[in-house]
Amino acid sequence: MSTNTSALWKQAIRAGLIGGAIVMLLALVGVIGTFKDRDIISGWISMGHVLFLAPMLLFAYNAARHVESPSKAGILLVGAISGLMSALVTAILPLFGQVVNLRAMFANASPDLYKMLTFGQGIPLGVIILLLVGFVMGGLGASLLLLPIRLRKALSQAVVWVILAGLLRELIVVVISRWGIVAYLIRWMFAQNGLAPVGAIAIFVIIGALTFWQSGRKRPAPRDLPPQQKQKRTLVTLGGAGIILIILPLVLGVYFSEILDTVGLYILMGLGLNIVVGFAGLLDLGYVAFFAIGAYTVGILTSPELGLFHLTYWQALPFAVVVAVLAGVVLGLPVLKMRGDYLAIVTLGFGEIIRILALSDWLKPWLGGSQGIQQIAHPWIGSLEIRNQTQLYYLILVAIAIAGFIAWRLKDSHLGRSWMAVREDEDVAQAMGINLVTTKLLAFASGAFFAGLSGTIFATKLTAAYPHSFSLFVSINALCLIIIGGMGSIPGVVVGSLVLMGSPELLREFAEYRYLVYGALLVVMMLMKPEGLWPEARRRLELHEENELVPLEEPQPVLNDPGQ
Amino acid sequence: MAVLVSNKVTKRFGGLEALAKIDLEVKEHAIHSIIGPNGAGKTTFFNCVTGFYTSEEGEIFLEKRNITGLSPDRVTRLGISRTYQNIRLFKNMTVVENILVGMHPHLKSGLIGGILHDPRTMREEVDAVEEAKRLLQFVGLKGKGDLMAKNLPYGQQRRLEIARALASKPKLLLLDEPTAGMNPSETQEMVHFIRQLRDELGITILLIEHQMRVVMSISELITVLDFGQKIAEGNPAEIQKNTRVIEAYLGRGAASGLGQAAATA
Repeated sequence: MSTNTSALWKQAIRAGLIGGAIVMLLALVGVIGTFKDRDIISGWISMGHVLFLAPMLLFAYNAARHVESPSKAGILLVGAISGLMSALVTAILPLFGQVVNLRAMFANASPDLYKMLTFGQGIPLGVIILLLVGFVMGGLGASLLLLPIRLRKALSQAVVWVILAGLLRELIVVVISRWGIVAYLIRWMFAQNGLAPVGAIAIFVIIGALTFWQSGRKRPAPRDLPPQQKQKRTLVTLGGAGIILIILPLVLGVYFSEILDTVGLYILMGLGLNIVVGFAGLLDLGYVAFFAIGAYTVGILTSPELGLFHLTYWQALPFAVVVAVLAGVVLGLPVLKMRGDYLAIVTLGFGEIIRILALSDWLKPWLGGSQGIQQIAHPWIGSLEIRNQTQLYYLILVAIAIAGFIAWRLKDSHLGRSWMAVREDEDVAQAMGINLVTTKLLAFASGAFFAGLSGTIFATKLTAAYPHSFSLFVSINALCLIIIGGMGSIPGVVVGSLVLMGSPELLREFAEYRYLVYGALLVVMMLMKPEGLWPEARRRLELHEENELVPLEEPQPVLNDPGQ
Repeated sequence: MAVLVSNKVTKRFGGLEALAKIDLEVKEHAIHSIIGPNGAGKTTFFNCVTGFYTSEEGEIFLEKRNITGLSPDRVTRLGISRTYQNIRLFKNMTVVENILVGMHPHLKSGLIGGILHDPRTMREEVDAVEEAKRLLQFVGLKGKGDLMAKNLPYGQQRRLEIARALASKPKLLLLDEPTAGMNPSETQEMVHFIRQLRDELGITILLIEHQMRVVMSISELITVLDFGQKIAEGNPAEIQKNTRVIEAYLGRGAASGLGQAAATA
């Protein structure tokens, strides 16, 4: 019994220490400071508070979750101790800051930060409050476990929505101001900064009640539905999603359209890279090259500034895509024999070569050197020039629909299976009669096709192509988004793109910490959910109707299955 | 008629001669075994036949067609398929998908067909899946089609690997230690199954095997390799009496003793 108790203590203290370390890290890199003036509930709690209290609560919850003893007091105690430990670690910062000037090393360790961590109460009193708050937060986290699961789900959903609403206040207010009369129904929830307390309570209650009600309803799992109904449901879902996507920019306005354009271009690229990396398992770190080639080709063919050619966007598009695909084959040929890390390094080099060529003085007459190519043509549809964000949104939407359809069809095709086999075991795939040269080249070429297409739209969106737009980070972003979304998963590309490319645009403060958040997110994902946010659902071949099959000459299995 | 003929096939790794002038002839509809101590060059020979290795000297013919130096995928298309000593399935693909990949040489649809789903492609897919299910039934894996290959128990993985090799409709099937890691009753079933493959599907079989009981009961002809040399060839009775074979397996001293024992017996 005593060993059990000491194990519990250990667990609580360890979780608390990790939670505290995370708070300290967030404080020192400046995330907490950046968000301390962003109120969630006006005058009550800021995003900074959320960021420094949430880890205490979450780690206490996690520590309490692993407690085996069923006693309620035990669970609460473990949580509270964990929370207290987190607070103790956090308290080191203001206490230590009293004695030593940490600012020499950590620019963010400011008196303002200390003031916030001690709730503005100064040293002895503030630290005591901090410890108390940690204790209470930990206890609260653990007490979530004592609630029935439905209530717990409702509560956590409600809290998340309140935080989101408060955080995105500015954007929401701008958007709803476009909605005329509806705006008045929503506007009162928001204060000058964050949510008004009444609004926060309203959102909390509404979302909580909705989630509670929703989770109580029983719905048949899609797999159990008869195929016709399943198909009907899929059609309804797709149709609904289509309508929402079409009216989205009209409802959300220009700023959101701009964000969605960026997200969309990355979805296009992600769909292509997903074929190369996710389906065929060829790690390509120079993917940006094809994006650049698409953009530059459209530039060369349409820009009057260069005066080389005078095509329209639509005339230039097929050339651009073909050039990108050819580049895919040209890159593919020398790397056919390479695997894994070697392939990654060579493709990385290829991406850099293309960027440096675009920058070079040598090709300046054609590619414009560091000034790039300006005055790239907008596409025209009849007499309509596609130039603003909303119009571009629809162009990108159509491109994604086509690309998504192609990727989806290819995935389950004979070729898709060959790619998968190459990914699983190249030698055996070849021994099955798969021609590695054509199979790999087709993967590179398909990937390049989507990236090239994305590049042409990118060029016409900016009406320019600059070498610095095509840095390694574009490739890294595209790779991260398919990892986060789920390797080989098509909806995963969309989700990953929204999360990785969309959220930094929504939260300008986060943009500064973009790569910090990426890194943290990737580590957390690999530990907790390595299959991604929306993992690939393996195709299920219904083998249940085998009774209808014409039996082979031999109706009985030749081997008796010892497992049966 | 010989399905496979190897003529003085030699394979070197640096200074090591893994195969030295191996002559071998596999007759049509035969069950032919290659045996030999560890490192004798058995799997190397398989790798040379399937095109995974290129031999330095010599030629290999499949039904009088020279296949020396062809790439593995070409060799498979011409009618040789194989299994591996350490099962090499596509672990993260379903059982049916594994077999569909095995059918690759017979599937014609490409990029465009896959995207457009033209009637020919769709018919081919439906037929292929049906064929795959039949193969599964044949090897006793009925109803396991949508399981992940890695989730099958060991014995069933072996059978799936054979089914995948059969999917390409080979003339010659190379089995690399098909009974490795099996208990006696599983081994017995496998022996039965290999015979059935030959008798019912008419496939010629060349296999590497370590379990002497299996080799002796199943083979019509046995070739013995040792240090890359062919040291003996003959039917099971001849091989059992061959002193060079006994030497290779048990060492020189033991061989003389055993040879006498065999002679007196």
